[in-house]
Amino acid sequence: MNLRKYLKVYKKFLHTSLASELEYKTNILVDLITAILSLIGSIFLLSIFFQNNGYIGGWEFEQALIIQGIYTILNGITNTWFNPNLTEIVKHIREGTLDFVLLKPIDSQFFISLKKINPSGILEIMLGYCLLCFCIRINQININLSFLTLSMITISCSICILYSLWFFISTTTIWFVKTWNATEVLRSFLYIGRFPLNSFSFSLRIFFSVFIPIAFITTIPSEVFLGLSQLWKILLEVIVAAVFLITSRKFWLFALKFYSSASS
Amino acid sequence: MISNLINRKLFTLLKVQYSNMLEYRVEIALWAISGIIPFFMLNIWTNNNLNEYINISDVMLSRYFLCAFFIRQFSVVWVVFSFEEDSLMGKVSPYLIQPLNPFFRYFAQHLAEQITRFPFALIIAFFFFIFNPESIWIPNLGILLLSIVSTFLSFLIQFLIQSIVACLCFWTEKASSIERLLFIPTLFLSGLLAPVVSFPAYVKSWIYLTPFPYLIDFPANLLSGNETNISGGLSMQILWIFLLFPLFKKIWSEGTKKYTAMGS
Repeated sequence: MNLRKYLKVYKKFLHTSLASELEYKTNILVDLITAILSLIGSIFLLSIFFQNNGYIGGWEFEQALIIQGIYTILNGITNTWFNPNLTEIVKHIREGTLDFVLLKPIDSQFFISLKKINPSGILEIMLGYCLLCFCIRINQININLSFLTLSMITISCSICILYSLWFFISTTTIWFVKTWNATEVLRSFLYIGRFPLNSFSFSLRIFFSVFIPIAFITTIPSEVFLGLSQLWKILLEVIVAAVFLITSRKFWLFALKFYSSASS
Repeated sequence: MISNLINRKLFTLLKVQYSNMLEYRVEIALWAISGIIPFFMLNIWTNNNLNEYINISDVMLSRYFLCAFFIRQFSVVWVVFSFEEDSLMGKVSPYLIQPLNPFFRYFAQHLAEQITRFPFALIIAFFFFIFNPESIWIPNLGILLLSIVSTFLSFLIQFLIQSIVACLCFWTEKASSIERLLFIPTLFLSGLLAPVVSFPAYVKSWIYLTPFPYLIDFPANLLSGNETNISGGLSMQILWIFLLFPLFKKIWSEGTKKYTAMGS
């Protein structure tokens, strides 16, 4: 019953935010061109890396393209849901409108994370999906049930980790008020998710798997695509995702205790 | 007399904006950190020995990317976003009445931000040298002055381009998506992620006719002591400024005629 209520509310969210976003129609077109150009740009960069070298960190060009595809999908998800909603938290807290959210008879994290949607990100997701399909063909990956389930599991875990990272940073706004630029820092770190983890030096590899688990986000799903991944890595990713989700939830509830509205 | 007046106004604006910017030290520090992508790129280049093929030693390449980081720090422009917000909020109307082009205000804002940012950039460079002590070098005074000039010119080019885009706010209200579109070629072609020398020949044949390599690649090569055509680069920068400035004046005068305040 509770679930049905949330579904119904989410439908309303979709309706209202789509209606307001579709008012800027040329904007969506420009965003689509931006997404396409950005994909072309990163493939261009990859081709520079590979022009004299067959392997980067043990990955061939065709294999590294899978990482690009997964990154594009995840970036699209970020642009569709995480970015428009979680930057809104900053505004809520600065202007004190978080009060209204907290008073509503609905879970505040649900409301804050899913209220808005940016349709141009969906086009980016589709673009990444097309690239992935192309990669499946050129890498001659045969699709079977276990491959599909494993890739689904790892990609959804990546989405959970990504969401938790964004949500975690946005939550710190309750103390620091202005964290616009903290999300910029996260964004620039996430940028390295476009490249295989093995192409970095050992110390950076440790940093990006222990402190900010960007390594898990794109590299492990890509390894699943290539059938290279060991079971323990997949299990580890599931565990990391679960830990991140639970911690971000706990952190939000903890942070709310310190919320004191604007100008009080 | 007139220039004296502008000088005094500009100086006052600069002072006001500097004290304003000092209030947001943490934010600016975070912003400085978010610019460290060149260091990640350096890591990929040297860790995979990719630079052997373009005949740049590890040390020279690390200096190049450090300089790219510095040039980027001092040529970041966000005037579109400020102007868009001001124009949507109706703040532009009072600015238009003042006997000073509102873009001077934004210009002073950017300069003040750069002054605030300088110590943070130095700290990041200090850490970079701790990890890469072999890449410490002292450029001679003439080169240093020239590269400061060319960084400032690069900043001016980007400021002009963005101001032109910002003027589109008079027509479309949401000009920031066009800026995001223009940012993609700036990111990939300016030399921030890979030095222009490493680009394939089919790109190198036309890229020097565009403004992009003069934004980061040219000043970074100049400062780091890599091979570059000093007089050619500087004159191209000045040429682009002379091309863009009349365009800005034209679009500004057209736009202000078109401008109607909110609610009119």
